[in-house]
Amino acid sequence: MRMSLLVGSVERVGRRTADDVEYCGSLARQLWNSLRALSLALPVVGKRYRWKAAVTQMLQIGVQAFPMVTLMAVCAGLILAMQGASELRRIGAIDLVVELVTIGFTRELGPLLTAIAVSGRSASSFSAEIGTMKVTEEIDALRTMGIDPVEFVLAPKYLAALVVIPCLSIFSNAFGILAGGVFMKIATGMTLGVFLRSVARTLVLRDLLFGLLKSLAFATIIVQVGCLEGLSVKGGPDAVGRSTTAAVVKSTFLVILADVAFTTLFYLTGGV
Amino acid sequence: MTEKAADPVISLRDVAVTYDGRRILDGVNLEITRGEITVLLGGSGSGKSTLLRQIIGLERPNAGRVIVNDIDLVRCSPGELRKFRRSVGVAFQSAALFNSLSIEDNISLPLREHTRLAESTIRLMVWLKLAVVGLADSGKLNPQALSGGMKKRAAVARAIALDPEILVFDEPSAGLDPIVAAELDELIITLKRAFGMTIVVVTHDLPSAFRIADRLAMLYQGSLIAVGTKEEFQSSTHPRVRQFLDRVADPVAEESRVDDYFQRYLEGDSPK
Repeated sequence: MRMSLLVGSVERVGRRTADDVEYCGSLARQLWNSLRALSLALPVVGKRYRWKAAVTQMLQIGVQAFPMVTLMAVCAGLILAMQGASELRRIGAIDLVVELVTIGFTRELGPLLTAIAVSGRSASSFSAEIGTMKVTEEIDALRTMGIDPVEFVLAPKYLAALVVIPCLSIFSNAFGILAGGVFMKIATGMTLGVFLRSVARTLVLRDLLFGLLKSLAFATIIVQVGCLEGLSVKGGPDAVGRSTTAAVVKSTFLVILADVAFTTLFYLTGGV
Repeated sequence: MTEKAADPVISLRDVAVTYDGRRILDGVNLEITRGEITVLLGGSGSGKSTLLRQIIGLERPNAGRVIVNDIDLVRCSPGELRKFRRSVGVAFQSAALFNSLSIEDNISLPLREHTRLAESTIRLMVWLKLAVVGLADSGKLNPQALSGGMKKRAAVARAIALDPEILVFDEPSAGLDPIVAAELDELIITLKRAFGMTIVVVTHDLPSAFRIADRLAMLYQGSLIAVGTKEEFQSSTHPRVRQFLDRVADPVAEESRVDDYFQRYLEGDSPK
């Protein structure tokens, strides 16, 4: 009895591991195919109409997410500033709040908050859109017409995300830091000049670039996971619902996992 | 069962398909003649949709060969597969029109993807295809604005956009009232007569099958049990063919199993 339980547990772990490895393999294969198809979505050198689709996606992923991302950044900026101020005040270093918010946002919060917001909005929408296309045989129709679904559906989304998610991250950085400044103005009466000098002193190109590099990785995760979940839909509308949930959960989890990996790399290379 | 055709455009040789250990197609041999309408008959779960997916190259069989216009779909190169895709048009059961595009854009999609025609020429060709299916005035509408029958006709217009040699219909009359289904039958016959297309239709609608077919093939539990002309089918003595044509129901519940279930239930042995 005990032996069979043990065998059952080992089997479950083995099967789960095999499923996860298979999922990573599918993700890697899809990423490779979409990277190859990416140039076809570029303006001038790409195929007709793909760029138009990419611009539409940029509006949907980027412009429509802008209010939410900036509002989240303002809130997080205020939270970080208030939490930091309550501790830093005790050691008489409240002026360091601006530094804290600037470093916190450029290195970490800007790209991460943006990715989480976009993951919730767009990974689910990609998965629902492609899942519905799968259920209604539209993906099959594309394939029978000799049109690669990865090139037609995924590449414009990927290109759009690679362009707009770093842009949103920059806005998120700016609004988060600005919120920190507003707090300092209210709490300590800090002038705009002092605030800007503090920001300029703390802002390092390396941090900004590393943040943008992270947001490119996050964009990749969000699009690839969202689309893979959509393309994996089998069955009817309930499967679309499940894939939508899975897309958000998996992409958010992988974004945070990737962030840990990047921050560790940053730490080990002496950046932190 | 093998039926030699005079001028075969599609040849299926020992095609076997297995899903999750279940045999869906079991050594199917069939040859489809050029310029004819071949109807694949069969009940639900007989494997006819799976067979169709092999013919249109959406799936590859576990064993056997599918040869269309001398291209072996199981072993062909990506270039040959592209050539094959251009020679086959598919009208899906759900029509599979892209909801985000107008009817005109749906039909122009394969033309834009596979040709370098000027936009004005594409518009003219789209109008001609719509006129063939009787939807010349509906091009600007979105698929959501069309009735079930109109959607199916629009799907036919998209399927014939590139003037394919072979046209495949999956359950054309499913979900349509008898008058609209009859209109679609007439359209299929017209397409064969006017354009000399080889047409394959999967259906379980007997009046439609006997109206349009030059030859019929019947699947039962993954095997081809009969191939022949309408007259040969009507005079068939094969018990399954007769059962299908005479609409005789299978016994739904086996009395002995029901009795056995209750007996075991009353004895306190939980039945499975």
